[in-house]
Amino acid sequence: MDEKLKTELSKQGIFTTSLQELYNWGRTSSIWPLNFGLACCAIEMIATTMARYDLARFGAEVFRPSPRQADLMIVAGTVTKKMAPQVVRLYNQMPEPKYVISMGACAISGGPFKQGYNVLKGIDRYIPVDIYIPGCPPRPEALIDAFMELQKKIDAQQLTGENRPRHLNADEPSEFIVPQFGEHDLEPTRNSSIWEPPLVQIAQTGSDESGSH
Amino acid sequence: MSTATLAAASLNLEPANESGMDQLLEIAMGPQHPSTHGVFRMNVVLDGERVVRLKPVFGYLHRNHEKIAENETYLGSMPYTDRLDYMCPLTNNWAYALAVEKLAGIQVPERAEYLRVITGELTRLQNHTCLIGFLMQDMGASGTPLMYAFRQREIILDLFEALTGARMMCNYMRFGGCRVDLPAGWLDQAKKVVAGFPRFLDEYESLLVSNEILMDRTQDVGVLSKELAISAGISGPMARASGVDYDIRKVDHYSIYDRFAFRVPLGSHGDVYDRFMIRLLEMRESVNILQQAMRDIPEGPIVDPKTKIRGFRPKPGEAYGRIEGPKGELGFYLVSDGSPNPYRYRVRPPSLINLTILEDLCLGRNVADIVVILGSIDIVMGEVDR
Repeated sequence: MDEKLKTELSKQGIFTTSLQELYNWGRTSSIWPLNFGLACCAIEMIATTMARYDLARFGAEVFRPSPRQADLMIVAGTVTKKMAPQVVRLYNQMPEPKYVISMGACAISGGPFKQGYNVLKGIDRYIPVDIYIPGCPPRPEALIDAFMELQKKIDAQQLTGENRPRHLNADEPSEFIVPQFGEHDLEPTRNSSIWEPPLVQIAQTGSDESGSH
Repeated sequence: MSTATLAAASLNLEPANESGMDQLLEIAMGPQHPSTHGVFRMNVVLDGERVVRLKPVFGYLHRNHEKIAENETYLGSMPYTDRLDYMCPLTNNWAYALAVEKLAGIQVPERAEYLRVITGELTRLQNHTCLIGFLMQDMGASGTPLMYAFRQREIILDLFEALTGARMMCNYMRFGGCRVDLPAGWLDQAKKVVAGFPRFLDEYESLLVSNEILMDRTQDVGVLSKELAISAGISGPMARASGVDYDIRKVDHYSIYDRFAFRVPLGSHGDVYDRFMIRLLEMRESVNILQQAMRDIPEGPIVDPKTKIRGFRPKPGEAYGRIEGPKGELGFYLVSDGSPNPYRYRVRPPSLINLTILEDLCLGRNVADIVVILGSIDIVMGEVDR
């Protein structure tokens, strides 16, 4: 639709929009997070919802205790191997469309506790993560920034085509493997459809022109 | 006291299976539950609405703190202690520093002791305000009391941030002193915050103390007897609410606490209401200590110049350093074999030991009371599971 015509119509009191804009506008302005804290970051998450930082400005203050009513999972804190199955199960229970913020160093990679035998080295091994916020713990401003990034991401999604959200793509899974406590470690140790260990590529000297500088 | 007698009368301890309904129901509360204060799980067996058995399940936040610390240098463990009880990092730092100072025989300069007392008591203030906020949240007063508590917490966190550079994970204490000296104007700001604190407490008290719903929900609920408190090793505000006169600040005379005049509030019933009141009263005493400490703080060095930061190897031996943390007796037990990292590193977590009597307090109560009792124990899972 022509932008000029649109502004002209709005001056006449006629509001026009596309279904996609309306749909995305609704989703961006009412992200309901799951009321779910794991460790230290949860305290900063609570602080974000309190008076000074006031997450309600972003339409996201409705923390739901049940995953069935939540759109967003904030993985706030260290995910241990005992807790990882529950986190994945909670994610599976959430209705689509759903998003994940990985809050803090521990949820991203294990953080300071990475060397621990019971600590999962990043929740993105099992569930797809949309936004990562580094920090130990991230400040409330960082969490607000993550919310705004997520809103931008939702706003840019289209109802059809390549850039459509996951739940509108029949090929994308909505449930992910729940790891089990195995003999030595969680089994499987990762969901290989969404996470692969980073490959270190060693450039062959002289064989590749583009790799040299 | 009419509410108390009413509550006692309504608690019928006869078994409810006279009608032939003797089916027990087992439910799992947690690890994802809005009121378990983190990832804590309780397997509760219920007869109707009443608790028959309660089995706590720990370990959902077991982050291998002790094992990691045994492979770290002594100073390298200091940031990890912040993450033990993440509501009060500075007192954790303090207890660990105290243990290492005992182990290595390090003296702490006067000014550093004052800084420790000031930051420690500020930590106690913010822990107790937030605890009361969370307790009210668990009771159903969602929003207002917690908002008030966090408003006050932010003001104290601003002080921590100005002093240490971090809101929550302060990593401030060092062996033989503190990391940085007070920035310009900090003390005046802190004096203002502390001077304004009693007004906040008055507001909080007028909001809560004589609230009828709160009294109904907390009086005579989760009564911890003095005998059980002593035999189970309960410490901190929890024990004092049951009338056990045990405050390590008075017992051990550690640091410079015997220079300050302060009282130790004691409860008489040991119920949830007493535990709530003890924390309110303790905050007033902390304000007292803070005012005295900020008045008397001397000039001088903040760290013992003889302490080695690099290549720190204490002589073989063992030491146990403990302080009166906001949650109770927080202790660190260290065994040194002369190497740069401790041979054994053990934390005595007040949260975990105070949590051991949870089943005793909950038996025969309604499900809704579990949440209130758990809230009044004041646990942080980072410390329980470590």
